[in-house]
Amino acid sequence: MNKKKELSVNAIKEGTVIDHIPAHNLFKVISILGLDHCDNLITFGTNLGSERYGKKAIIKVADKFFENEDINRIALVAPDARLNIIRDYEVVEKQLVTVPDEIIGIAKCFNPKCITNNEVITTKFLVVQTKPLALKCYYCEKITIEEHLKIH
Amino acid sequence: MKNRSLVSINDFTKEEILKIVRLAAEFEANPNQDLLKHKVIGSLFFEPSTRTRLSFETAISRLGGRVVGFSDSSSSSTSKGETLKDTIRMVSNYTDLIVMRHPMDGSARYAAEQSRVPIINAGDGSNQHPTQTLLDLYSIKKTQGTLENLNIFMVGDLKYGRTVHSLVQAMSHFNPVFNFIAPEELRIPEEYRLWLQSKGIKFYEHNEFTDIISRADILYMTRVQRERFVDPIEYEKVKNVYILKNAMLSNTKDNLRILHPLPRVNEINCDVDANPKAYYFQQAENGVYARMAVICFILGLV
Repeated sequence: MNKKKELSVNAIKEGTVIDHIPAHNLFKVISILGLDHCDNLITFGTNLGSERYGKKAIIKVADKFFENEDINRIALVAPDARLNIIRDYEVVEKQLVTVPDEIIGIAKCFNPKCITNNEVITTKFLVVQTKPLALKCYYCEKITIEEHLKIH
Repeated sequence: MKNRSLVSINDFTKEEILKIVRLAAEFEANPNQDLLKHKVIGSLFFEPSTRTRLSFETAISRLGGRVVGFSDSSSSSTSKGETLKDTIRMVSNYTDLIVMRHPMDGSARYAAEQSRVPIINAGDGSNQHPTQTLLDLYSIKKTQGTLENLNIFMVGDLKYGRTVHSLVQAMSHFNPVFNFIAPEELRIPEEYRLWLQSKGIKFYEHNEFTDIISRADILYMTRVQRERFVDPIEYEKVKNVYILKNAMLSNTKDNLRILHPLPRVNEINCDVDANPKAYYFQQAENGVYARMAVICFILGLV
């Protein structure tokens, strides 16, 4: 089963595979990790079959190893993501994403009247619930749910 | 609390709320003092507000303080495009405390981060208005003798009314029973219902404004505000749903008092004004004493 999946997207020699991304959030993950401005070899596949989501996406980034704090930034849109660290085509380490208690930057408050949408301010949210995601804005105190979530 | 800003009613503990209520009574008994002599208070009203601004400025003047500021953003440098951050940085260099009303939600918390002096939130958009809540609590204490174990009825716009949400949160320290009367479109939001459930506080929701108010200790009326509605048809549908008339008060308890954050439009008929249970004008007067208490408390003068 595992081998079949690997075939959907080319294997990499060294680097990181991010698996179990909900397909509809693939491009959010790419944007959060800044992969759209990255010179490394990146391959991704989306709308792959997954028991958990129906459809999932996978990203393989060659020669890149993420810091924990970078990777936790994707927790908002891919809380079940798994990272496989690849050395010489072998998985040498697996990591899970943890949703932090507080989200600084990254997310945008859904409330158009929030001061953070009207002046240059780094957003700050308290994670009040992870599944489904609910973020409470530190400033306007309104709750942003996943459906309304926009990433900076 | 000294030198801490007051942005949200949740910034105050139960003990601090009770202290403000006690202090407000002391200021009412002795309103003209020199506690704020040589203090300069910034009064920044980025949107107009008659009652709140005059109430704050009266409180400051009676205590011998001076006020600088503006009553409308068109007479401030905001109209030249200055950011809130810059305005607050500047004014906090000039003053000992800032009272601020601003149309954006969350502006008060942000101002408190940027300011060198404490900020008192006099309303940030539809978010919070904590001094209104404190004057409501003072009015309840004064008319009922206690804040504990009261049956509180709230009527009208329970969805968008920030005074309703803050009062629900603040009263929850005192074992109340809530009765919420609102049309479906304006019922109290789910986050507050869940929150009350989690605190084990009893509440009932009704669509009809009937003689169930015979059990009320406090009847808190609110205005349905046009500016909260995106769709004008929705507003027209609900604006006249609940109107309190004097005849409806005949079977109510003797200790019942009717509160309203004001201004009212037509939701309390004028024939109620002469009823001794009508308390909304005294409630507005109580705002001066409650604000004296908050200002002096935050500046560490009492």
